[in-house]
This record gives sequence, structure tokens and C-alpha cells, in this order.
Amino acid sequence: MNNNTQKQSPVIRLDWIKERNPKLTIISILLLCIFLYIADNRFDAYQVRVLNLCAIYTVLGLSMNLINGFTGLFSLGHAGFMAIGAYTCALFTMPVTVKDQNFFLEPINEVLRTIVLPYPIALLVGGIFAALMAFLIGAPVLRLKGDYLGIATLGFAEIIRIVITNLQTITNGALGLKSIPAKTNLWWSFGIAAFTTAFLVWLINSSYGRAFKAIREDEIAAEAMGINLFKHKVLSFVIGAFFAGVGGGLLGNLLGAINPLLFRFTLTFNILLIIVLGGMGSITGTIISAFIVTIGQEALRFLDQPFSLGFIQVPGISGLRMVVFSALLMLVVLFFRKGLMGTNEFSWDSFIGFFKNIGKRPGKPLSKGGTES
Amino acid sequence: MIHLKIDSISMQFGGLTAVKDFSLELRKGEIIALIGPNGAGKTTAFNMITGVYAPTSGKIYFKDKEITGLRPDQITKLGIARTFQNIRLFKELNALDNVLIANHLHLKSNLLEAVFNLPRYRQENAEMVDKSLHLLEKLGLVEHRNDKSSSLPYGKQRRLEIARALATNPEILLLDEPAAGMNPKETEDLTEFIGQLRHDFDLSIFLIEHHMDVVMEISERIYVLDYGITIAQGSPYEIQNNQRVIEAYLGVNGNA
Repeated sequence: MNNNTQKQSPVIRLDWIKERNPKLTIISILLLCIFLYIADNRFDAYQVRVLNLCAIYTVLGLSMNLINGFTGLFSLGHAGFMAIGAYTCALFTMPVTVKDQNFFLEPINEVLRTIVLPYPIALLVGGIFAALMAFLIGAPVLRLKGDYLGIATLGFAEIIRIVITNLQTITNGALGLKSIPAKTNLWWSFGIAAFTTAFLVWLINSSYGRAFKAIREDEIAAEAMGINLFKHKVLSFVIGAFFAGVGGGLLGNLLGAINPLLFRFTLTFNILLIIVLGGMGSITGTIISAFIVTIGQEALRFLDQPFSLGFIQVPGISGLRMVVFSALLMLVVLFFRKGLMGTNEFSWDSFIGFFKNIGKRPGKPLSKGGTES
Repeated sequence: MIHLKIDSISMQFGGLTAVKDFSLELRKGEIIALIGPNGAGKTTAFNMITGVYAPTSGKIYFKDKEITGLRPDQITKLGIARTFQNIRLFKELNALDNVLIANHLHLKSNLLEAVFNLPRYRQENAEMVDKSLHLLEKLGLVEHRNDKSSSLPYGKQRRLEIARALATNPEILLLDEPAAGMNPKETEDLTEFIGQLRHDFDLSIFLIEHHMDVVMEISERIYVLDYGITIAQGSPYEIQNNQRVIEAYLGVNGNA
């Protein structure tokens, strides 16, 4: 009798898990929605803005992780793609009067002046423009490998920025754009972050995702297995750039003002930092670290103001925050070489297993373990 | 029917001629071997056939279609698969994924169908998984399907590489030193296994090998390279008794 139940239990448990996991996913999505609803109504403007930034950096981190972490292409062109997305989205959402106020040095291009699109379509167009640019850049650049690819993409991102600076009638040049309609709210940013996550999870687990990972693991073997290296590298690059453009659009309409200096290469490194911290090749890791880095940068802001350590008064040193942050990062890189998650992903089974293991620390008699499940 | 015809290909790296005027014919269903001392240019010859290098001169035909200078993935798609001398598995991925990746070249669904798991992709993917598991089972690797490929024992990694190559649906299989690093027992198993493969998958096999017992037992014809030059070709018996081959392998005795 006892034997019989033991034999059956694994099967029953599997069925139960199969039903449990989707339910848990739905419950957590609902909880997130409730949280967003509360945050939207109760949180102050600053907190909402930080949350928005968290979601936007999730989108940006994920898009970069697809290129760098999953396909193994060392690309540093993200700021350029974001700039294209941000400018496109901002220009297409600004009403005509605001455009006229912005372009006081030289009038705006007449065609561009009249086009005003709804926010979601503007975001989409921003993403598509960024993807188009990635396609054009990809053709020459993706023939390079390793560091050379990094340098070339970095160069192209700077070229994009310089071009934007000089297209006075289209981008308003170095003056940048101001009074961009604040269309980005929690629902948009978290909605798009959720969509990006789902899209990338599905992509990574599909046959195309496997091909990307094969290229990361061994290009020569991947090619010998019939994978068209160039086509798949371009695919990954273009998809990454699309989401970077969408993320840039979200960012521009959140900040309300953008100028070419915002999209310097330091922005790319901020995102690179997120994916290295989270783990190259881990979607879960990127999401976690996007939140940690964004909130961390805000939480450490007190370091820039004068503060007291009890025995010593520290005068306000602007930039101290970044010093401390860099030191923290160095610790992470030294002691967690593969980032927080490595290439692992979140799953309900391992999540629950983790808590079960805490409860099952040694000391409990083994015989009880059998009756628990 | 001639499956693979190589018409005096040469490969020069700067001033060094790695392979000179190498010609070969592989008929359907045949097993032939390429042997030669270290550095004779065997792997270079393989790399030219599989498109890793474009030959400096000469032409390669696969079933009367010229394939000289095509990309490796194009050649694999036509039906020539290979394994590598130093195992090149996708190390971080599990055994099943390794084989699934080799199915990707036949995928008809586009990216969006794959991402959103639309009916055509769902069906193709199910077939892919089915075929891959079947292959793994046939090669005795099915219990390792979820194991990271780099964690498998050496002999099984070799088998997995062959499984991966077979998943591309090849007509010709090129094996680059399949018995390298194997003990006599494993070598013996492998010899039998290669013969079985030809039969089960209807293959023509072209292999590079150092283990003479493997080569002599399974190959129908043997080509011998030395310093990039074909010094002999013929049946195993002829090769074993060829004076030039013996000299190339053992050196010339000055007193003789």
C-alpha cells in the first residue's frame, strides 16, 4: 500500500505542477497590475518616474542582451538606436504649436511639422526606424567580430548622434526638443516591458533563438550545421535595435526633453552594465538588474548632498554617488563573474524549490520528508 | 553514380602550398578514407570541400553541381555534413538542443511564426523534436538529452557530433578523425557504428583517420596525402603494400 502511493506520487505531482504554474503566472500578473494601479494613484511623481525608468531600462537591457548575451555579438551601438527611436517618437507626438515653439532658430521641415501620430503608433514607427538603421549598419558591420565589432558599432552610434546634432530642420540640432508630451505612464512602460519580455522569451526558446545561441557558442560549428551566420546576426541585431528604438521613444516622452548629448556612449555603457550585472544571456537577470541599477542610482543620491557620518561631516560632492556605485559594481564583477543569474532563468519550480529547501534545512528527521509531498 | 567529384583542387596560404592538385571521386554508398602523416593537408582538404576555405584552384562538384566557393551553410544545406577533429559542440547547450540546431536549416516558418508559435511552426517544431529524439535514441544518447553537452564523456561527445551532423539530412558525411582519443574498445565499436550509419542513413562517407585498423577495415578505397600531394590511392590492400606510403609513415632508411 505504502509502496503504491510512492510510485504514483510523482505523476500526480507533475500534473499538479502543470496546472499550478500558469495559475501562478496569471496571479502574479494580476498582482503586478494591482500594484501598478496603486502606484499610479498613490505614489508621488518622483516614485512613479523611477518606476517608469525601471521598466524602460528593462526594455533597453533586454534588447541589448538579445544582441550581446544571446547572439554573442559585442555591439555598443545602443545609444544610437535609442536616439533614433526617441527623436522619431517625440517628433511624431508633439503638436504643431509645440513644434513651432521648439524650432525657433530654423523652421521645422514642413512635412514633419504637420504629421502628428497617436503615441503607440509613434513608438512603433520609432522602433521601425531604429530597426531600419540597424539593417543598413548591419550589412557592413556584422562582418566584423569581437572587439572590432564593438568599436565599429560604437562609431556608428556616434555618427548617428552627430548627424542628429546637425539636422537642424528635422531634429532642432543641439538645442534638442523640449515640451515633449508626457505620454509615457506606468501602463505604457510596464506594458511594453512585459511585451518585450514575452517576445524575447518566446524568441529565445524558438528554433531561431537556438540558432542565435549556436552562433554565440561556436560560429564555425553553427555555420557547418547550415545556419546562415550573416542572416541570423542581422536578424538579432535588427530585433534588438527595434526594441532599443521603442525604449528610446518611451524614455523621450517620459523625460519631456531630449538633446543629442543625452545619447552619448555613456548611455550604452549604463545598459551594458545592467546586462553584465544581471548575467549575459539571462532574461530574468536583466529584469532584476534593471530594477536594482535604476533604483540603486536613485537611492544613492543622498551621497551627492552634504551628510554626516556621525564623527565626520562630508560636504556635498556631486558625483560621489557614481563612485560608490562603481565600487559596488566592481565587487559584483569580482565575486559574481557571471552576473547575478549567469545564463539561468526564473521558473516557478526552482523558485518554490528554493523556499522549500530553506524549510528543509538539516536537523529535521528524514522520515518526515516523505509524508510532506 | 558519382556523389562527390573533386577536380585537382589546390590550396595556398601565402607561399605555402597546403594541398596540391588533389582529386577524388566518391560514389554513392561508398566509404573512403583520407590518410597521411600530421600536417599532410588532410583537414585543409576537408575545409575546402565544406566551404571553410575556397580552393586557390580546382573545382568541386556535388552530384554534377559545382559547389566550389559556396559558403559552409550552403554546402551543408545541399547535403554534405561534417564533424570536427577537435570536437565543436555547442558546449553550454544540452544534447537535444545541439541536435535541434542542426534541424534549423530546413525550417520553413518565418521568425514571427516561430515567436508566436503559430500552427505551421508548432507542427515543424514538433517534428523537429521528434526527429532529434529519434536520432539521439539511435545513437544511444537519449538519456543524456537534457545534459549539458560539455558534461558528456568524450566518446559520447563524438557520437553527439555525429548525431548533430546527421540531423542536417546529409547525403555525404565527412568525419574528421572520428576515432581520435578513443581506446581500442571504443575504436572497435566506432568502426562497426560507421558501417551501420552508412546502411541506416543511406550515406556516402568520407573520413580522415589515423587509426589504421579503422581505416583498413571499413574503407573501400584510401587516398594518401603527404606534404599536400596525393602519393597513393587504392584499396586497403594496395595501400598497405605501397612502398611510398610506408616511407611517408615510417621514414626512409638511408642504409637500405
